[in-house]
Amino acid sequence: MTDKAEGSLLYLDDVSVSFDGFRAINRLSLVLEPGEMRAIIGPNGAGKTTMMDIITGKTRPDTGDVLFDGSVDLTRLDEAAIANLGIGRKFQKPTVFESHSVEDNIALALKARRGAFAALFHRRSSVEQGRIDALLETIRLSEKRDLLAARLSHGQKQWLEIGMLLAQEPRLLLVDEPAAGMTDAETAETAILLKEIARTQSVVVVEHDMTFVRALDVKVTVLHEGSVLAEGSLDAVSSNPKVIEVYLGR
Amino acid sequence: MITTFLIDSLDRRGRIVVGLLVALALLVPAGNLLVPEGNVFHVSTYQLTLCGKYLTYALLALSVDLVWGYCGILSLGHGAFFALGGYAMGMYLMRQIGTRGVYADPLLPDFMVFLNWKELPWFWQGFDMAWYALLMVVLVPGLLALVFGWLSFRSRVTGVYLSIITQALTYALLLAFFRNDMGFGGNNGLTDFKDILGYPIQAPGTRAALFAASALMLAIGFVIASAVVRSKLGKVLVAIRDAESRTRFIGYRVEHYKLFVWTLSAAMAGIAGALYVPQVGIINPSEFDPAASIEAVIWVAVGGRGTLVGPLIGAVAVNFGKTWFTGVLPEVWLYALGALFVVVTLFLPRGIVGLWDKLVTGRAKPAVEANGAGRQTGEAA
Repeated sequence: MTDKAEGSLLYLDDVSVSFDGFRAINRLSLVLEPGEMRAIIGPNGAGKTTMMDIITGKTRPDTGDVLFDGSVDLTRLDEAAIANLGIGRKFQKPTVFESHSVEDNIALALKARRGAFAALFHRRSSVEQGRIDALLETIRLSEKRDLLAARLSHGQKQWLEIGMLLAQEPRLLLVDEPAAGMTDAETAETAILLKEIARTQSVVVVEHDMTFVRALDVKVTVLHEGSVLAEGSLDAVSSNPKVIEVYLGR
Repeated sequence: MITTFLIDSLDRRGRIVVGLLVALALLVPAGNLLVPEGNVFHVSTYQLTLCGKYLTYALLALSVDLVWGYCGILSLGHGAFFALGGYAMGMYLMRQIGTRGVYADPLLPDFMVFLNWKELPWFWQGFDMAWYALLMVVLVPGLLALVFGWLSFRSRVTGVYLSIITQALTYALLLAFFRNDMGFGGNNGLTDFKDILGYPIQAPGTRAALFAASALMLAIGFVIASAVVRSKLGKVLVAIRDAESRTRFIGYRVEHYKLFVWTLSAAMAGIAGALYVPQVGIINPSEFDPAASIEAVIWVAVGGRGTLVGPLIGAVAVNFGKTWFTGVLPEVWLYALGALFVVVTLFLPRGIVGLWDKLVTGRAKPAVEANGAGRQTGEAA
């Protein structure tokens, strides 16, 4: 069984999880290659967020394998351990540390030793400062670095969160609805940013916005009732009769 | 390295506070011992001891603020750590009495002789040595906090549930210490102290020294708290307060951070209790009363939580009010305290310090808003 996981970055096989009898994820299988970018679409309640919860250790699956890097069993690790393995997550609702400055938000996310005592005696090095400056440049918040994150606009918070994700230097980024609440211009820019990130890292994007998914131009997985309904290019899946039925049939 | 780490940690306001405390430690005892009675600058022994007591309360308030204001852990049981530190000091003071007790037993304190105990219980061993007692002042509350915190933070008990079990913790200790069999003097607690470090505890010089020690200890506690909250660890604590699960997904082990600040805070509360006991001359189970812990939370709220100066101001102001009120209108005090808490919660969410910032600086500074934002999430938690 694990042989198939060989060479994959993320490997989900026959994963199921129920909440009070409701099967949120039903025998879901999904394989992501290193360096791959994947879009995940599906109607509300299809299990997209639950899938993210399982990968990041927030929810334990009832059955099935969840492997990272072909061999690391994610179901046995907690959120912090999984994050430190190199899996970063951006939430649907932008969650930044509102009472910290924009710069401190990035500094906290920056890849470093996460122990309490390491943090107590931590002094920011010039290398780290350089990294922070570069990241702020990437997410276009250099001028707002001293501003409290609470004062940012919705779109800027989304970008700050992406910046925090990059600061962790993850090997796999899980991005939940990055374009939600953004203007069209911001959405387009976000797609460009994500494609740039995908050149060096693997990315899984959950999204509702079809224009956005089209702009990403990657392989699409359609989830429905907790399992994979279809997989392929956006054109292929959107002409799939089963997908059409799920989206338009009721 | 540690020294620069600590000194760098103070901002302008912090330096003023530490400077004031050091000045207090020198001037108030001088006003008591050197300035003759009748002079305007004379400080009576009563006033000196009262102020010394307030300073230990201020240290307790600072320890509560460290966990509540900066990490969102609302402890309604910090009085337990304060009392345990107090008991450790009380045990030392009891053993200093020696043959001067009513029953003149060289080894056993009076209450043990009264209960017909033949030998000193194991946990009273070593308390005749000051260094051992002082170690226990920090270790006992610290270890209890470590175990309690490890169990609850690992199980991710947060918010109001954690507040309730801290309350249960102090209540359980209250009931336990009431029992004579526990070996801590039961209902009466520990009292009739004679000496501390060989000096008569009632002597003006000793009282002045205890006052100075309280002021200096508060200054040291303030510097440590300031170093902690201004470090990267302190920023992680605020991050936990505002968005705990986000902090986990970035890779921080939230429980370790909570455990660190929780244990540090408990040890600080223990030291406060140890300085309190020789100044008031008694420690009994009423210090474990849940109401006492809640009062400490009110001091922090009144002074301004999430600021380091706030708890100091709050503790002194509220207790000054309490001393005055209970002298003039004793039956009204509890209503006044309750009303104060309601008023502060509704109209002064950031307490006296928040009001000061608003009035003096005219506009809210970023740091000010920082705590305001935290307050909302902290209250929701």
